[in-house]
Amino acid sequence: MTTLSATPVPRASGAFWRRTWAMLIKEFIQLKRDRVSFAMIVMIPLVQLLLFGYAINTNPRHLPTAVLLQEQSDLGRSILKAIQNTAYFDVTHIVHDETEFDRLLASSAVLFAIEIPANFERAVRRGDRPALLVAVDATDPVAAGSAMAALGTLVQSALLHDRAVPDGPGAPFEIRTHARYNPAANTSLNIVPGLVGTILTMTMLIFTALSVTREIERGTMESLLAMPITPVEIMLGKIVPYIIVGFVQASLIIGLGIGLFGVPLLGSLLLLALLSTLFITTNLSVGYTFSTIAQNQLQAMQMSMMFFLPNILLSGFMFPFAGMPAWAQWIGELLPLTHYLRIVRGIMLKGAALADLRYDALALAGLMLVAMLIAISRFRRTLD
Amino acid sequence: MTAAADIAIDVEGLTKSFDGRKVVRNLSMRVKRGEIYGFLGPNGSGKTTTIRMLCGLLTPDEGSGTCLGYDIRAQADEIKRHVGYMTQRFSLYQDLSVRENLEFVARLYGLARPAAAARAVIDRLRLEDRQAQLAGELSGGWKQRLALGACTLPNPQLLLLDEPTAGVDPKARREFWNEIHALAAHGLTVLVSTHYMDEAERCHEIAYIAYGVLLAHGTVDEVIAASRLVTYTVSARDGELSALAEELGRRAGVDMVAPFGTSLHVCARDEAALEAAIAPYRTQPQLAWTRSEPSLEDVFIDLMGRAQDRLQ
Repeated sequence: MTTLSATPVPRASGAFWRRTWAMLIKEFIQLKRDRVSFAMIVMIPLVQLLLFGYAINTNPRHLPTAVLLQEQSDLGRSILKAIQNTAYFDVTHIVHDETEFDRLLASSAVLFAIEIPANFERAVRRGDRPALLVAVDATDPVAAGSAMAALGTLVQSALLHDRAVPDGPGAPFEIRTHARYNPAANTSLNIVPGLVGTILTMTMLIFTALSVTREIERGTMESLLAMPITPVEIMLGKIVPYIIVGFVQASLIIGLGIGLFGVPLLGSLLLLALLSTLFITTNLSVGYTFSTIAQNQLQAMQMSMMFFLPNILLSGFMFPFAGMPAWAQWIGELLPLTHYLRIVRGIMLKGAALADLRYDALALAGLMLVAMLIAISRFRRTLD
Repeated sequence: MTAAADIAIDVEGLTKSFDGRKVVRNLSMRVKRGEIYGFLGPNGSGKTTTIRMLCGLLTPDEGSGTCLGYDIRAQADEIKRHVGYMTQRFSLYQDLSVRENLEFVARLYGLARPAAAARAVIDRLRLEDRQAQLAGELSGGWKQRLALGACTLPNPQLLLLDEPTAGVDPKARREFWNEIHALAAHGLTVLVSTHYMDEAERCHEIAYIAYGVLLAHGTVDEVIAASRLVTYTVSARDGELSALAEELGRRAGVDMVAPFGTSLHVCARDEAALEAAIAPYRTQPQLAWTRSEPSLEDVFIDLMGRAQDRLQ
């Protein structure tokens, strides 16, 4: 009996807390050991709060605008100035013919294109109330909305700069807006193609982000490294199967987008398939790169999340790209989703051709190559 | 070229540290082709590190050498093509079946008919009944057999086996060794690490490593002879040995006392000192003393003790 009384027999509730406490202590010790995860606990909220807090703006200003000047006149220059003064428009291109005008809109180089027709000033002076043509890329209704509203004040402010216009009842000219690509301002037309990119980004990253860390954690990497296979072969062998998976996934989402949401496919299906494959491969390469950097699967997941969030918030998927400050746009240009959104929206909604999208296609290919090169150089062929 | 022709492993001065801690110190060894070379030593003595340096998985900090005539620093790719390495921890894919694992290895080595190559291994190691089973579901003995199959499949010239029989039952161990001998009979060189003494006896040559230092090498008989260890076996009529073991162990001149079944091994390097130390006990009627050969274990424990004095 003495031996029994020597071992403490705590009451049930005491034992419950003691065991919970033991587990809690163990978890803290493990968390402390994993330095990278520990750093991320602090870094992720900090970086993202600062990044997104300053970058995101749902009332975008300084939207890129092209102006087609069909005549050189004082009134034209006044209107140009008035457009700039609204702060909603940044005249980035002055063009002289219609094809250039259309190309800029189709390639997403500008969101607005304003045409001052020939003999505009003379028509105003004659009191003919001519029309100023404003073409809007309405694929993203949110981005264009505020600026469209601001156009109303344009006439007034333009006249402040030009006293030569005769006074009369009503405005001396009208503004005729033409919402291109999505005239009904149906947000799902913009969101659904965006979702193709977002969903692909998430799934593709996860597929490969775990691939190398899993081999290391399960111990299979040691055998693999002792066999005659090179890092490039391992990488390609791990990426290619998921290209097919991603392709199936993309087909499914695009098919549903067309079938359920009535998203049009104005451009070439083949081009969309090719560039989607490029996008899928780019994301797989980025995920694979994380896999070669991370020390364990948890870290690989955290890295993927850290990459995924800016992809959603700074790519133009949720908030208008043009509304972000320049530095945030530069970050956005480094994200695959930014380029793919232009590609998928361009092809589906605007019928864009490869020539319109060549910059984004090259950017995707570039990002893919950089990711692959980092992965290859990071891949350790020994256990040193 | 003659040296390369009959020497499979020839390394000199291998040294490797991790985080400033020397794991292998100035290790040199030579293994002849067609030989089964036993690599013995306690846990953490540097066996795995040495094997990894031999097959190019680790880069030595110092030292150089060749494996199958290929430079271990510069020609790791060639070495990987001709060396089969069986890791200490099971490192095939748990979620692939036996056959799928073998076919994967066959394809990796670029064999012309991977399915046939896998089939041959399955037949040779009698894995037919389990070929469709997932590797992760196999018991320890079968896992080890599969791992041996995988590393012999591409017909390597050299096998590096890192504690292949750890945690395997005696019958499976015996079959495993029969397989190793069959492979060696066909000209394969095998370097096998273990800490089972009985397995050392199955090797053509052995090397003993402790604290990262190669302490002895040669055939079992050579290693025992080189130890110059004098051993007496003593047994008691009443079988009561524990008090005697403690008493003997405290006496000057006795280096080591180890129980062996119903008797004790009493060892020392200095014969005269040992004789003096045990003299009072030899006359005791209930004790039977015989001069005997030291066992390999005696030799190793002695070597380890001496190395400890020297290195720590």
